[in-house]
Amino acid sequence: MKAAAFAYARATSVVNALDLLEAHGGRAKVLSGGQSLMPAMNLRLISPEFVVDIGEIAELRGIAVTGDSVRIGALTRHVELQSSPVIAAHTPLLTEAIAHVAHPAIRNRGTIGGSLAHADPASELPACMVALNATIIIRGKAGERRVEAKDFFTGIYETVLSPQELLVAVELPTGRRKSAHFFHEFARRHGDYAIAGLAAQAVVEGDLFADLRLAFFAVGDRPVLAKVATKLTNMAITPADLSAALSVLSQELDPQSDQQASASMRRHLARVLLARCVGTLLGRPDLGAGGSA
Amino acid sequence: MTAPVSISLDVNGERVDALVLPRLNLADFLREQLQLTGTHVGCEHGVCGACTVRVNGEIVRSCLMLAVQAHGTAVETIEGLSDSGEVADLQAAFRDRNALQCGFCTPGMLMAAQDLLKQEARPDRDRIREHLSGNYCRCTGYQAIIDAVETTARVRGGRRV
Ligand SMILES: Cc1cc2nc3c(=O)[nH]c(=O)nc-3n(C[C@H](O)[C@H](O)[C@H](O)COP(=O)(O)OP(=O)(O)OC[C@H]3O[C@@H](n4cnc5c(N)ncnc54)[C@H](O)[C@@H]3O)c2cc1C
Ligand code: FES
Ligand code: FES
Repeated sequence: MKAAAFAYARATSVVNALDLLEAHGGRAKVLSGGQSLMPAMNLRLISPEFVVDIGEIAELRGIAVTGDSVRIGALTRHVELQSSPVIAAHTPLLTEAIAHVAHPAIRNRGTIGGSLAHADPASELPACMVALNATIIIRGKAGERRVEAKDFFTGIYETVLSPQELLVAVELPTGRRKSAHFFHEFARRHGDYAIAGLAAQAVVEGDLFADLRLAFFAVGDRPVLAKVATKLTNMAITPADLSAALSVLSQELDPQSDQQASASMRRHLARVLLARCVGTLLGRPDLGAGGSA
Repeated sequence: MTAPVSISLDVNGERVDALVLPRLNLADFLREQLQLTGTHVGCEHGVCGACTVRVNGEIVRSCLMLAVQAHGTAVETIEGLSDSGEVADLQAAFRDRNALQCGFCTPGMLMAAQDLLKQEARPDRDRIREHLSGNYCRCTGYQAIIDAVETTARVRGGRRV
């Protein structure tokens, strides 16, 4: 199928884009990489009257380290994240995760801003932002606002963004010593959306977690920052502690059933992911084995 | 306001000026306005890879890009790669290994395979599979395609097949 007719403008700056969005009320859509918007328009799931192409706005590009954070512009493409030495050095979780986002031709055009604004609960980058405790930077006509990633996603394809706002950048805190990460997802085929996945960022001191952020994806209507992490921090974890945590996780999650997997299969996969994550990050294969059941 | 927009771009080394409706995607522009029908259209939502072309040297899905977005870019289609001889060896390997049957997926497969071989001199079978994972083929079962790409990589690397 083809997209329905629409009018088109190529925005020249963030201010220009915000003016265009305001002028067209809720009838306009932002076009970034087009890798989610165009399929939706081609399938006629949506038919905006007006499309504001932000693809040429230079101020939305670039990856830069400022103080103790990395700022990633909204238009940064997946392929740029994947090959960035700055990202690999400061937030290796992202480097690892991005290889699981779609396929090469799609990674050449898809952007981080588009992926986060699209807010597919099965996608990798939203969960990474939650695990990394990112700040999402949003611009509207009234100015800039900053939202913690865990509060940015509000439901399936839903965020705190209004139709008149632009996501301009994300900021990721860097430089915690002894930090470690874990990323794994179950998908039918490499590059497909996950059936269940986990992006985790931790601080490991000796044989303990001093900090642990577990962001599960594809097991709820948005990335889930699992509260069960508190039951695993600052303690020497025994196999019994881990199995208790796995049961708590099961109760905490509320996954959907669809053609790909039932809710109980997703719960099971989430438990497997948590056990593997803990076993891997602490170098305790005895714990990880608990997840193979 | 849904009026045609004028664009100019480079297609296979030739300058093209055209008037296009915003809704027209790059795949249809290439096929219908420029008669470059080597670029195939399957799913029109980014899943099958049949429409893969190069824009400014990088492979993209031409069904997910508007023709207006191609303004000012250099687009290369399978016709361009074929005429310049850039993929002659890859095409020969596809023939030799029976890596095509109906040929519907072949232009996109060649685009994606050439993209990998430009980036990496010695991809192993897993890397080849991963790089082609976004391209569907209904006919071949993929093994022969992987064989053809692997063979071409070996020959280009000056190694014995
Ligand atoms: C076959 C296929 C497989 C895929 N597999 C995966 C996968 O495994 N994992 C995954 O995460 N993704 C996957 N994707 C989606 C892909 O990663 C997209 O790049 C991404 O979801 C959207 O980014 P985009 O830049 O293309 O945004 P667009 O498609 O341009 O926009 C997406 C949405 O966000 C809005 N938007 C875009 N930018 C902004 C902004 N700066 N401010 C405000 N709103 C904005 C748009 O209006 C639109 O509603 C896949 C896509 C395809 C076609
Ligand atoms: S037609 Fe473009 S990916 Fe299928
Ligand atoms: S050869 Fe027929 S689809 Fe691949």
